[in-house]
Amino acid sequence: MSGGGEAQVAGLRLRSPVLVAAGCGGTGRELAAYAPLADLGAFTTRTVTSDPRAGAPAGRVVESPSGLVHATGLPNPGLDHFLATELPGLVAQDVRVVVSVAVTSAADAAALARRLGRAPGVSAVELALAPPGGRAEDAADEDLFAALEPHEAAGMVGTVARELPRGLPVWAKVRNDPDRVVAVARACVDAGAGAVVVGDGLPAMLPDGRPGGLGGPAVRPVALACVRRVVDALPHVDVVGVGGVATPTDVRAFLAAGARAVGVGTALLHDPTTAARLAAVLREETR
Amino acid sequence: MSSTDRRPVHVGGEVLASRASGGLVHLSVLAPGIGERFRPGTAVAVSIGPPVSRSRLARRSFWIHEVKPVGGRGLALGLVVEPRGAGSRWLAEAPVGTPLELTGPLGRPFALPQEPVACLLVAEEYAAAPIFPLALRLRERGCAVTLLLGARDEAHLMSALEARRSARAVTVVTGDGSVGRAGRTADALPEVLASSGAEVVYAAGPTPLLHAVAAAAEDHGAWSQVALEVPSPCATGLCFGCQVPVVGEAGSPRSARACVDGPVLRGDRVRWADL
Repeated sequence: MSGGGEAQVAGLRLRSPVLVAAGCGGTGRELAAYAPLADLGAFTTRTVTSDPRAGAPAGRVVESPSGLVHATGLPNPGLDHFLATELPGLVAQDVRVVVSVAVTSAADAAALARRLGRAPGVSAVELALAPPGGRAEDAADEDLFAALEPHEAAGMVGTVARELPRGLPVWAKVRNDPDRVVAVARACVDAGAGAVVVGDGLPAMLPDGRPGGLGGPAVRPVALACVRRVVDALPHVDVVGVGGVATPTDVRAFLAAGARAVGVGTALLHDPTTAARLAAVLREETR
Repeated sequence: MSSTDRRPVHVGGEVLASRASGGLVHLSVLAPGIGERFRPGTAVAVSIGPPVSRSRLARRSFWIHEVKPVGGRGLALGLVVEPRGAGSRWLAEAPVGTPLELTGPLGRPFALPQEPVACLLVAEEYAAAPIFPLALRLRERGCAVTLLLGARDEAHLMSALEARRSARAVTVVTGDGSVGRAGRTADALPEVLASSGAEVVYAAGPTPLLHAVAAAAEDHGAWSQVALEVPSPCATGLCFGCQVPVVGEAGSPRSARACVDGPVLRGDRVRWADL
């Protein structure tokens, strides 16, 4: 188990086991207004795709008891624009940058990985294997790859891992699905993933019928179960737990279940100081 | 704090005073550090419900209406709340002394003209809140300020008295004619805009009104600045849940986050048909 002051994931030393989860830290600039990003273990970017995406129509994030249902359609400026305008600002914050990517095909994944492999300042690539809309029709991200079967996940992880230079690991982000998570995680690791991030939002529905992903404290027990199952089955795999982390108790629970680090997501949308506060509490405990 | 640090802060505060006036509730809220950074057009995000039993995770944004010193306790924010959803009702009914979690000031404020030009300020109902401090700033710069205020009825109209203190001319329109002219705010726009001779039009209110303001300003060759009200789940720019379609740098379509790239946008930059 990681110490409170630092962590190690896929061979990377992190200053803290507390990370910013994908899609919940803006461009990094907004979050940095409240606390320095350098005290965090890593900043996971919003999910970037090869081409720019405008995102879904209005009503993209909707309240649900102790949770938020997201159907943003992954708005992002595309990889080129991201590398030119957002990545340098993050690197300048002196924080490890994990770039979250979603892909449309194996060819897209390979091309994207080749370009990311040449970008300075990237610590890891997080491959979103189960974007919130999944394969649901009329999801804003329905053209994106979503792995339902372990061999599909393995194929895409392998494609990305082959194209990245040595020392730049792939983190496979899988769905918080306790029954399938072990098989998917094993396949990803066998295909070359350096770590498994558990996991993406639970498949859910917006009031207007659009598919989305549920995140927040409502899913925390599910995420904890997933982390525990993966760690029990694959004890040598580095697991990052994501799902409803909001308090120091939550961080300790994920670390006790065997996670090397935790991603803070929905809680940041409610209180932008959450990740910085959690990192500070854990640092203090290990002094 | 340096006088140029306008970055938002996340703080604990409390309800200092609460007063119902017709269909609106005027709140005075202690929010250390936010008032010092305030500029007209910015907002404050409030967490809904007590922390121990909090189940609602989206923030609720409110325009900052005024900033006033409270004896020895720094600056208090004045907010105007129309109770209509679960969040605004909770805040409107929160007793004096209720602890609050607040983040602000959020967003880009109204841009002020370099020259003392004539300005028209248009707003409806509680959304007139950011217009009053704007009127004061414009007057300090020597701008001739005309106000056009609308509401469905008198109970939802922000004080016309306050309006007369801060503007040279005030036109009031209500849907039911209970005060001022009867009709829609947008219908009075062309006439008031022409008589004001405004070179800049500022507006806050529902989207159809803002669209009408942007169009009328363009017709008159005036600039417009509109304060959009889009539900912003995080209000801090993190979640990309409040994107509005805008015209980009080279005329290309792109989107802006209402909470941090807005709420104030140039009217000619918003792609109204796609909103």
